[in-house]
Amino acid sequence: METNTALRLAAVLADRQDAVVEAWSDAVRETLRGRLTRAELDRQLADLYTLLRTLLESGSSSLGRPDAADLRSMLSDLSHARARQGFSVSETAISVFALKAAFYRAAGDDDHVSKADFAAFSLFIDDLGLHTVETYVAARDSIITEQSQQLMELSTPVVKLWDGVVAVPLIGTLDSARSQIVMERLLQALVDTGSPYAILDITGVPAVDTQVAQHILKTVVAAQLMGAQCIISGIRPQIAQTIVSLGIEFGEIVTKANLSDALQYALRSLGTDIGKRAPRGAVI
Amino acid sequence: MDRIPVLTLGDVLLVSIQVDLEDQLALRLQEDLADRIVSTGAHGVIIDITGLDIVDSFVGRMLATIAAVSKVLDAETFVVGMRPAVAITLVELGLPLRGIRTALNVELGLAALRAARAAEYAEPEESDDDESVAT
Repeated sequence: METNTALRLAAVLADRQDAVVEAWSDAVRETLRGRLTRAELDRQLADLYTLLRTLLESGSSSLGRPDAADLRSMLSDLSHARARQGFSVSETAISVFALKAAFYRAAGDDDHVSKADFAAFSLFIDDLGLHTVETYVAARDSIITEQSQQLMELSTPVVKLWDGVVAVPLIGTLDSARSQIVMERLLQALVDTGSPYAILDITGVPAVDTQVAQHILKTVVAAQLMGAQCIISGIRPQIAQTIVSLGIEFGEIVTKANLSDALQYALRSLGTDIGKRAPRGAVI
Repeated sequence: MDRIPVLTLGDVLLVSIQVDLEDQLALRLQEDLADRIVSTGAHGVIIDITGLDIVDSFVGRMLATIAAVSKVLDAETFVVGMRPAVAITLVELGLPLRGIRTALNVELGLAALRAARAAEYAEPEESDDDESVAT
């Protein structure tokens, strides 16, 4: 955009500020469907408008220039906030693009603004819109990464069941990344607690295919290498049938139907006896 | 370091490997251990590999050889303190370290040695079975 055009547009924007902002705010509010309060939206758009006007007053419309840093960060903040609030891409982009129509409606009758000026303004807004969409996508990506990491942390706890026995209750589908983390956490827990017995409880694993079985077997063998014994518990009937029909060999690995049996086995191997106390007041 | 120290703990020999095992060092350790088992009449050997970052097929074979030699001299060998990363690498490489018995740490290794020794005297037949599985 030429300097003259920018200055002319800035003058018109300053002149018609109230009308343009109002039309803009109305157009945006329609798409937001009450998810943002009117006052908040008005404030956001007015701030954005001021920054945009300031940039044009400096005679430039390039977003890459240092003068535009404020505008860029304001747009980034806006799209970050929208992404976190769960707005879609088009709902976010419309917040910027709606300015075009609002400007045309409020300043279309102005003799100072030619068609060429409108075209230049339109291109300028497109730039802003693109920047908004880009930061929106980046924000979304970072949210997704964060969440999958949180999910990963949530889903692989190693719990100590008894002195010398740790357990990992596996829940959900096991993929390579998850089973790698499970393996590392379990082995580290064995070292940290000095537990010779580990129980892998797969009650919460919906299906076992060759790959999942492979991962489980690797974990068990790694634990054995370190001098601990791994017990697999919670194998459901269908899974047991799948394992056999897939021809997966569990070999010498101890498998138990449920966690309780596995714990009992581990305790017995450790030489810990658990018995019922004689009922109080019993006559012997 | 030109040789790895072998410590005597009652009737158990304790070896802690802290440096990368090279051919010469490994052979030396093997000889030293054999000599010490005979001279002290030890019944158990514990090799602590907490300090090893990498266990490759050479180290694995060396450990298996030490275990086999000790076995001939009537001393059971336990390899203790293998790091999780080492265990994962060995599994991924498909090196199962046959013929080596392991425990999580020195303490558990000593307990396992005692248990193995007690089992050997209590039920000789069962310990024979164990041998055939281990080798």
